[in-house]
Amino acid sequence: MIDDFLLRALIAGIIIAVAAAPLGCLVVWRRMAYFGDATGHAALLGIALAMSFSMPLMLGVIVITTAMALTVTFATRHGTYAADTILGVFSHSALAIGLVAAAVLPGVRLNLMDTLLGNILTVSNSEILMMAAGAAGILLVIAFFWRPLLNATLSPELLVAEGGSILRDRLVFTLTLAFFVAISMKLVGILLITAMLILPAAAAAAISRSPERMVVFTAIIGIMSVTGGIWLSWQADIQAGPAIIVTASFLFVLLNLFRRK
Amino acid sequence: MKPLISVKNLTIKKGKRSLLENVSFELVRGEAVSLIGPNGAGKTTLIRALIGTLKPTSGNIKRKRGLKIGYTPQKLQLEQLMPMPVDRFLSLSGENNREKRREMLVRCDAGNLHNARLADLSGGETQRVLLARALMRKPDLLILDEPTQGLDQPGEARFYALLNEVRSETQLAVFMVSHDLHIVMAQSDRVICLNTHICCSGAPETVSNDPSYQDLFGTRTGLALYQHSHTHSPECNHD
Repeated sequence: MIDDFLLRALIAGIIIAVAAAPLGCLVVWRRMAYFGDATGHAALLGIALAMSFSMPLMLGVIVITTAMALTVTFATRHGTYAADTILGVFSHSALAIGLVAAAVLPGVRLNLMDTLLGNILTVSNSEILMMAAGAAGILLVIAFFWRPLLNATLSPELLVAEGGSILRDRLVFTLTLAFFVAISMKLVGILLITAMLILPAAAAAAISRSPERMVVFTAIIGIMSVTGGIWLSWQADIQAGPAIIVTASFLFVLLNLFRRK
Repeated sequence: MKPLISVKNLTIKKGKRSLLENVSFELVRGEAVSLIGPNGAGKTTLIRALIGTLKPTSGNIKRKRGLKIGYTPQKLQLEQLMPMPVDRFLSLSGENNREKRREMLVRCDAGNLHNARLADLSGGETQRVLLARALMRKPDLLILDEPTQGLDQPGEARFYALLNEVRSETQLAVFMVSHDLHIVMAQSDRVICLNTHICCSGAPETVSNDPSYQDLFGTRTGLALYQHSHTHSPECNHD
C-alpha cells in the first residue's frame, strides 16, 4: 500500500496546512506577505545559532523569529522609511546573515538545500508530534482572539475605541507566526514559508463570502496542495516543498478562472 | 455633572513639530460638540488621542470609568480580498442577536445592505453601516470623523435627524469632526475651533463672532464660508 514515510509526510503536511489557514488569511488581509518573509528568513539564523550552541533547533528558531518579528513591527511603526522598504531590508538581511552564520559559526552542519526548500519526506514521528502540538497551540490562540484579530485587521482605531489593545494584537499575531515558521520549515523550507501562508489563502479568497469560510476553504486548498505536492514529489522524484507550492499555484490559477463574479 | 472625558493641557508632538498644543476641554453627557479647523489643524490627531491610539506627549486625558466609545472612522482600509458581509461586520462589535443587528441597520437607513459585501459599499453606505455598528454598542460617547462625507443632502438630513433622536433617547454625547460649517452651526451645542491649539470654543453664535474664527473661516456666513474650503484645502488647487 502506501509507504510509511509518505504517510508521515502527508500527516505532517496536513497539520501544517490547517495551522496555516487562519494565519495565511490574516497575512493576506493585512497585506503583510513581506512580514512573513522577513520572519521566515530569520529562521536560518536561528537554526545556525541553535546548532552552534547545541540547543534544540525549534527553540533557536522561535527565539530568533520572534525577535525579528517584534523588531520589524517596532521599526515599521516608528521609522522614517516606508514599511515596504524596512521589510525588504530586514527580510533580505536576515537571509544573508543566516547564510553567513551557517558558513562561519563552529559546529553548524546543515544541508542548505533542505533548510531552504524543506524535506518533509524525512519527517520523524517525534517531529510530527511537535508539529501537532505547535499547530494546536496556534489554532487555539487564534480562535480565542479571533474577533479582536478581525477588528484590528479592519481598523486599529476601531479596535482601540471598542476597548481592544493593539499591543496585544501585535503580540498574538507575531508569536503565532514565529511558531508557525518553526513548525513548517521542515515542510516547505524557509524560502517558501510565506508561499505556504498566502497561496492557499489567496486562492480561497476567490470563492469565499465570509472570513470564517475563507479560513475553511484555505485549509482545504492547503490540504489539497500538500497532498498533490507530495504525490508529485514521489512520482517525479522532485523536492516536496516546491512541488507543494507549485500545486498551490495551480489551484490559485484554477480557482481564479472560475471565480464568482 | 461629571464629564465623560476631560482633556487637560494635551500636547502631542511628532518629532519636533507640534500636532496639538495645550488643548483642554471637557465633554459631558448628552451634548453635541463639533470640531472644526483647517486641514492639518490636528483634528484627526485629537480624535486618535481621545480614542487612545496616540499617547499624549504631555498633558492628560481622563475618561470616566467604564466609558463606552462608539467610533466611526472616515473610511475602512479594507483589503479587497477580505470577504466581509455587512451583517458579519456588525456582529464583530459583539452583538450576537441577528434581529437586533437588522433593526439597527434599518434604523440607520441601511436595511437593504444586510447581506452586501462591505468592500462593495459606496462611501455614504459605509458611513451608515459604521454608524449602525457604533450605535449597537450603546455608547456613552459617539466620536464621528467626518460622518457625512459621501452622503447626499437628504441622506445627510436623515443622518442628523437620527443622531438627534438617539441623543434625546439615550443622553449620548456626540463629538464630531465636520467640514460643513452650516451643519455645524445648526446641529451643535458647542463648537471647538482647532488650529493646533484651540482658537476659540463655545456656543455656535459665540464662535462665529469670535475674531480668531473669522480669521480662519471668513467673516460672513454663506459666500465667505465657501471661500474657506478653497483657501484652506491643499487638494483644491483650482483657484
